[in-house]
Amino acid sequence: MDEYILIFRHEDGTKVASPEQLQIWMKQTMDWIGGIAAQNKFVSGTGLPFADSRVVGHNNVVTNGPFGDIKETIGGFIIVKAGSVDEAVEFAKGSPVLVGEGNTVEVRRIAKNDGSH
Amino acid sequence: MNEQELIPHLFRTEFRKITAVLCKLFGIENVNVAEDIAGETFLSALETWPYKGVPENPVAWLYAVAKNKAKNLIIRNQVFHGKITPLIQQCDDGYEIEIDLSAKNIADSQLQMLFAICHPCIPVEAQIGLALRILCGFGIDEIANAFLTNKETINKRLFRAKEKLRSEKVAIEFPPENEINNRLQPVLTILYLLFNEGYYSESQDTVLRNDLCLEAMRLTYMLIDNKQTDQSDVNALLALMCFQASRFEARKNENGEMVLYDDQDESLWNRELITKGAYYSNRAAKGDSLSKYHLEANIAYWYTIKEDTAEKWENILHLFNQLLMSAYSPIAALNRTYALSKVRGNEAAILEAEKLNLSSNHFYFTLLGELYKDIDGEKAKKNLLKALQLAKSQADKQTIQVKIDRLLKS
Repeated sequence: MDEYILIFRHEDGTKVASPEQLQIWMKQTMDWIGGIAAQNKFVSGTGLPFADSRVVGHNNVVTNGPFGDIKETIGGFIIVKAGSVDEAVEFAKGSPVLVGEGNTVEVRRIAKNDGSH
Repeated sequence: MNEQELIPHLFRTEFRKITAVLCKLFGIENVNVAEDIAGETFLSALETWPYKGVPENPVAWLYAVAKNKAKNLIIRNQVFHGKITPLIQQCDDGYEIEIDLSAKNIADSQLQMLFAICHPCIPVEAQIGLALRILCGFGIDEIANAFLTNKETINKRLFRAKEKLRSEKVAIEFPPENEINNRLQPVLTILYLLFNEGYYSESQDTVLRNDLCLEAMRLTYMLIDNKQTDQSDVNALLALMCFQASRFEARKNENGEMVLYDDQDESLWNRELITKGAYYSNRAAKGDSLSKYHLEANIAYWYTIKEDTAEKWENILHLFNQLLMSAYSPIAALNRTYALSKVRGNEAAILEAEKLNLSSNHFYFTLLGELYKDIDGEKAKKNLLKALQLAKSQADKQTIQVKIDRLLKS
């Protein structure tokens, strides 16, 4: 069993959602993660709010965003246990992030600390 | 209270106090000596009271006799070993030994014993046994009954645990301030398990099961009553226990059979305990910590509201999601799936249930039987029969049989 990170990418992170909409997303996300945790396959995860975010560039140039050039911004991630990348992809397909057109979930296997990667 | 009830009652309340104080005095390596003196004290009461009458203050009488027995033992040992024990050295007059049976010292000794017993060097099962024996004053046969095993097994288990306490030189003391949080966790685990042992025990002895729960609550309350250990998660644990215990009367019918939650007579739910649960829940909400006890207490709170509302099940689902994210357990996974069926319907829940990979668990098939009930009667029956086949305890089999009978009737 390997660990995979599912990274949520939003096409436009600057879009402002209403508090009601946010709450619905929150609930959907919790239900989705709860379903993975009920299979004992959830490891950890967190949301990444846009408040207090900075981009540090070449020559230590710090900007507040918007995240401009990188068209997609990262809204959060979770780490899951899965037998194969396909199983991890099945988990990703249930993510409420994908309801938004243009959003994506990137699935990456996490390197083991045993030099095997 | 008549004389016949008095001594067993006092045994339940005083044996553990005398044992804890003497054990604290003699050190953990002499836990057997402490138990013996406490036991002999009650033997004296049994021999004396029927002839001379019950003393005016029975508790004071017991403490006086226990003190004398302890002193005699110390002096005798001193004579045998020809050396002065540190206990006596502290005093001006070698034969004046202060044995402090004040309420304060009793409470402190019991709490310190609780920390000593819950030392990580002892297996969890033995910790529960020791707690029942030394801190709750349970007899060996009662402990054997609670664990559905025989006296010999329990005796062996306790013997090994005491040897371990001795060889590891576990001190009877409060952990230092900076270690309290770490040392408190195994203590809470034991109290949680002790309560569950009573709440879910397969033992037919209802009084005993009730006592197990009450003892777990009493010990948890002792932690709350002590400033250093009056912490948010301890309050959450007591809230959980109060909410659960509120249904004690309603969970069994007059034949001692399990009554399912949906069939329970709400008027038998103990309102006073529910109110107490709310009180400790409130105290638990102070501070930032959100332990599994907080989550479970919150879930237990929603179960004290019988009416099925969307709000109730959405909250329960959300709490089980959080609980599973912090610590997985099969029973939480199954309960979450049940809550999901209440929020999103049975078909959605069946899809999720099939991913749970719990096909050796009879609760899993009971849940599937429940979820298929209104969708596919044949499948419901098949799952319930599978559950019946896997269930081990009589109580579980009975519960599943009731469901099968109902299904066939409908």
